[in-house]
Amino acid sequence: MSAGLRGAAVLGLGAHRPALRVDNHEISRRTDSSDEWIRDRSGIVTRGVAGDDESTVDMATSAGAKALAASGVPADAVGLVLLATCSMPGPLPGGSPEVASRLGARSAGASDIGAGCAGFTYALSMAADAVRCGTAEHVLVIGSEKLLPMVDPDDRSTAFLFGDGAGAAVVGPAEVDGIGRVVWASDGDQHESLTIHGSPRRLAMNGRAIYRWATTSLPDLARRACAQAGIEPAELAAFVPHQANLRITESVVKSLGLPDSVVVARDVVDSGNTSAASVPLALTRLHEQGQVRTGDQVLLLGFGAGLTAAGQVVRCP
Amino acid sequence: MTAPDPASVLTGLADVLQEVAGTPADKVVREAGFEADLDIDSLTMVEVVVACEEKWGVRIPDAALEGLRTVGDAVDYIAGAAK
Repeated sequence: MSAGLRGAAVLGLGAHRPALRVDNHEISRRTDSSDEWIRDRSGIVTRGVAGDDESTVDMATSAGAKALAASGVPADAVGLVLLATCSMPGPLPGGSPEVASRLGARSAGASDIGAGCAGFTYALSMAADAVRCGTAEHVLVIGSEKLLPMVDPDDRSTAFLFGDGAGAAVVGPAEVDGIGRVVWASDGDQHESLTIHGSPRRLAMNGRAIYRWATTSLPDLARRACAQAGIEPAELAAFVPHQANLRITESVVKSLGLPDSVVVARDVVDSGNTSAASVPLALTRLHEQGQVRTGDQVLLLGFGAGLTAAGQVVRCP
Repeated sequence: MTAPDPASVLTGLADVLQEVAGTPADKVVREAGFEADLDIDSLTMVEVVVACEEKWGVRIPDAALEGLRTVGDAVDYIAGAAK
């Protein structure tokens, strides 16, 4: 993949799913909708809702600790913590330094990454490059979101869509490179399609514009990410797109012509759209369920506000 | 490119709706409302529009999409845009 440099790979995964679940019936009571209406439009059945004792940093720390444990990498060997999020309580400080401190990664650098729902796949590519170049021995990459406080519970078009949670991956050196070269894209002409503005902060979305952009532009991005890893989409073990909406996932799967042998992450059904947390949450679930195994090649594809997108093929730890 | 006549656009739109949403061709009449009569929700409508853009080489922006309530609205828009 990168001549002359050492390889980088995902060494461990971890997830934090809030214990509190909210189903469609509860959501629909306030929005003149129904369980069926919500399922038809999104595939979502239930979602996790962070409690008062589950901040964005709390959930990031929890997921990060699990990923470190799974990887066997001690916290003091982490050289960099990257936290992809759009749901810190305010613009400063970022959450990553506190996550690093709480985990005991005292010598780590720390930075938050703001690329909306694509944040995790952006951060993962930066982590892989840092490991390859030797600027960090191990990097903890986390996506964590506490979105629901910013979602209007009376907004029929968004109230059902989002959920809270966190997922994490430890990236470290490897003899065989296990993180394919990233393919990324942006379309700033559509910067108003998904925003969080105001006081109190409120999420607003033009779902139709995002749906059109996602279903028409992501298949090509996915093919190019596969090409970077020298694999055909049909040869993938699994496809883990950002869990925005099941209908976007199904449309991209159809466009790519993925055979049934490719496992497709549909974590959105149980988790809702958790923005930057969705890709690591969905990947971790497939891993926990044994639907992907060590060495399997999986296409990750993040996309969302900005608009931004990034994807890469990774080998499962 | 010769502008398509409304009758041929209506036939082509019926093909698109059949392909995208499984809508029976006999239901696709000018007066039919996409949401009210054909059960086409907003995201399915995006798929219909994208398919129409490819079929006729036209651009149907989101702002115009808001005004396309019935099959007749879409036929007239596509026939006009393709001139």
